[in-house]
Amino acid sequence: MNILDLLLAIPAIGFFVGLIMPRAQEQAIRLLTLVFSLIAFIVSLGLAIGFQTGQTTQQFVTNVVWIQNPEIHYHVGIDGLSLWLIILTTFLTPIAILISWKSIQKQAKEFFAFLLLLEFGLIGVFAAWDLFLFFVFWEIVLVPMYFLIGIWGHDRRIYAAVKFFLYTMAGSALMLVAIIFLYTQSGTFDYATILDQLASGRIALSHIQETLLFLAFFIAFAIKVPLFPLHTWLPDAHVEAPTAGSLMLASVMLKMGTYGLVRFCLPLFPTAARENAPWIIVLAIIGIVYGALVAMVQPNMKKLVAYSSVSHLGFVVLGIFSFTQMGLDGAVYQMLNHGISTGALFILVGFMYERRHSLAIADYGGVATVAPWLSTIFLITTLASIGLPTLNNFVGEFLVLQGVAQANFTWTVFAALGVILSACYMLWLYQRVFFGAVGEGVEHHVLDLNLREWVSIVPLIVMMVWMGIYTQTFLAHVSETNAQILNQSKMNVPLRVAIPPVGGGHLNAR
Amino acid sequence: MPANFAPSADDYLRFLPEIILTVAGTALMVLDPLFAKRLPKMFGTLAIGAFIAAMVAACAANAVPGASFSNLLIVDGFATYFRVLVIGIGILATLSSYEYLDREKAETGEYHALLLFSVAGQCIMVSANDLIMIFIGLEISSISSYVLAGYLRDDKRNNEAALKYFLLGSFATGFLLYGMAIIYGITGTTKLDEVRLALNTPGVSMGMVAVAAGLMIVGLGFKVSGAPFQMWAPDVYQGAPAPVSAFMATAPKAAAFAIFVRIFMTCFERISNSWEPLIWIFALLSMTIGNFAALTQTNLKRMLAYSSIANAGYILVALAARSELGTSAIMFYLAAYALMNIGAFAVIIHISGKGERHLQIDDLAGLSQKQPLTAALLTVFVLSFIGVPLTGGFFGKFYIFRAALDSNLVWLAVLGLLNSAVAAYYYLRLLVVMYMHEPGEVTQELHPLTPGLMAALVLPAIGTFALGILPEAVLNFARNSSMLGR
Repeated sequence: MNILDLLLAIPAIGFFVGLIMPRAQEQAIRLLTLVFSLIAFIVSLGLAIGFQTGQTTQQFVTNVVWIQNPEIHYHVGIDGLSLWLIILTTFLTPIAILISWKSIQKQAKEFFAFLLLLEFGLIGVFAAWDLFLFFVFWEIVLVPMYFLIGIWGHDRRIYAAVKFFLYTMAGSALMLVAIIFLYTQSGTFDYATILDQLASGRIALSHIQETLLFLAFFIAFAIKVPLFPLHTWLPDAHVEAPTAGSLMLASVMLKMGTYGLVRFCLPLFPTAARENAPWIIVLAIIGIVYGALVAMVQPNMKKLVAYSSVSHLGFVVLGIFSFTQMGLDGAVYQMLNHGISTGALFILVGFMYERRHSLAIADYGGVATVAPWLSTIFLITTLASIGLPTLNNFVGEFLVLQGVAQANFTWTVFAALGVILSACYMLWLYQRVFFGAVGEGVEHHVLDLNLREWVSIVPLIVMMVWMGIYTQTFLAHVSETNAQILNQSKMNVPLRVAIPPVGGGHLNAR
Repeated sequence: MPANFAPSADDYLRFLPEIILTVAGTALMVLDPLFAKRLPKMFGTLAIGAFIAAMVAACAANAVPGASFSNLLIVDGFATYFRVLVIGIGILATLSSYEYLDREKAETGEYHALLLFSVAGQCIMVSANDLIMIFIGLEISSISSYVLAGYLRDDKRNNEAALKYFLLGSFATGFLLYGMAIIYGITGTTKLDEVRLALNTPGVSMGMVAVAAGLMIVGLGFKVSGAPFQMWAPDVYQGAPAPVSAFMATAPKAAAFAIFVRIFMTCFERISNSWEPLIWIFALLSMTIGNFAALTQTNLKRMLAYSSIANAGYILVALAARSELGTSAIMFYLAAYALMNIGAFAVIIHISGKGERHLQIDDLAGLSQKQPLTAALLTVFVLSFIGVPLTGGFFGKFYIFRAALDSNLVWLAVLGLLNSAVAAYYYLRLLVVMYMHEPGEVTQELHPLTPGLMAALVLPAIGTFALGILPEAVLNFARNSSMLGR
């Protein structure tokens, strides 16, 4: 049993302990789940400390047989790609618990227990190295999130929760077919073995098979990302979810989709991935611009942030399908960035909602006068979100755009529109909410941050600066794994999709 | 065949479960007039005792596998698996009947005797090696079920259910019998293994065999309530007493699938190319009609009836795979399905109240706040129905679709899994009303769970998790017994 197993066990144990606690002991349950999530966070730091650079294989591996026949393994391990996503999960869970401390009074026991179950599932998704196990965790995540939205959400919570569940179910049904099909071909669920067999040609997929399998995985992931036009569940889910739900949904769950694309779609089906890249990239760019434009006209703060997620995640997909080292690095970095900065935005919007009980932008105005600290923090987060240099998003967006420019400069031009538009909608939001005349409701209800809120938001601000300034802490590990994945995605590929040579005729950043 | 008609000790041992069940059923009938007034609860306890004894006997019989009574019955792993399954369903159905019979002031002796007889019939069906024995077992099982469906004589719906079930059931049996007669006409035997051999000899009229197989598909299709022969199921399941519906949707169905598999995977294996397309369509229709019809239901029992049609469709997918893998997938899924279905019906029994007045989905409103444990257990079954990992339902579905893909039924697998995504919608509604609505009148006035119902809820929940997390033992047994004497 290594640190990774321990890390999986802690939230699971916390979930069960939380469930058997007596209902009346609400405060004790809050404390207990907080303690469990903090322990999980500390343990997860052990992963970062013990992580060895320069290794091409996964680390902290545990591989034991779960079911003999069909052979299913409990096979977990991490590499540079999953390391930071796991730490992002464990980092945000205690924050999610803290921000729900006061706002969740109804059925508190289940709420906090579900947050731990969610953490368990998310860590599992990023750590699983067996396709069956991956699918198990992938689906487990659905259940707590469904309840989080459905029980503790806002007015249209039931509609949003069911929509969220069904969208994901439809996608994962296809993925399950693809996983089983791979199993019938290769006789194993072990990801590394399947990869090996594919690379060495021991299982040969026909062109049409590969394309269909790629699409089956891709659609499941694209729904989760969500890629335009499969994004319609997201604004509903975000707006209706409680703050902690929105936080976990935006910051980590969306990354399950992009993680899946990088982890599975590229290495497993390199040819199909490259062949289908053009239209996927078109969709990603449409998502970037469309998400930003729709965000601009939203009268609801949470919906605005939700659509900005569609836009930001478009960058990630764009980077992934640029098939360049920089693009991929930027994409993965952007996953982490988005987790931090959009997470912070959702938290701050949640704070405002707790004060004013409204998400409508029109109900605010002049908040900067009455709550200067809240406004300052919001400003930093806004700037991070629009990609101000020295803050985190800049690095990711820059790398993505540069990587894409290597592949096709036209794409970059269109994608860069998203950067400009993000400044428009975020700054306009800031102006309308924080400046201007102080309204009646704002003056009496919007207080400044209290200690608990400070504790939950400051770590995120610190991370924004850290990730903006000293990228090497994170990017080195990511980059190493990405190079390997990129390499795998070139194996046996006749490179049917012509990628313009670097610097060939186009203006290039290098 | 040796002309030794005196049964040996082994013969009796192999037949012991049926003997125990029949004797116990008869004894209950005799005891009924003596103790019905004084000890109404005694009969259920006796029945459970008999079921447990029969289950032990079934396991003991598995130690001496082989054919008995001049090859009329056969005890193999397949038979043992299904015997244990239907007897287990019998136990759970009895457990969930205590409160119900008490509440409806119904006679207990006959009820439990009928349940025992029905299970005895199903035990004969699953271990029969002869078309006539299959027919006899089917009739014993069906006739008891007809009576059980109309057990509350004064209830209009009960009468409707019994009549409908009886008429359509007999009609279906006619088809089955006609098919059997044709087979006898062609081959001159009713023994399954001999039929198989006879069909393998050249010169047999394959056209007539196909007709016989087609007739049997119709007859068995009725019994397993697969579309387009599903019309009776919603009305019957809705009208019959809730514990009987729980029983009917599981035990007779499991037994019917067992003979379906046994006949088609032994006798008709050779012509499987000609019946596979039929089963393919049959499976797709069942899944699609069941799931889409369930979407609009507001009555819990009716919704579960349509869900049982859809689940029959999933099982037929595995039959269409025509492989040992498919057979073991059918076995596994039937166990998982039985557990979740009985568990879900136990909750319905709990909330429906006297005269089954509260059967609307909305009657579950706010159950999680009033009785969190009941709600949590129903959640387990619902998640299993949806096919969420770590439940038996998920692993069963996974196994079925694996068998389908293994036999290159890619499109059936894709359509089936998409169907299960559709199904998630109506199952989710149960979770929605339980967890996301405020408690309604029904849940406000709900009594706490009685011990019997509690057991009928907790045992299937444990089983559901066991099949989902550690399916190994059941899976291995199913796989090792999926050969069917080939």
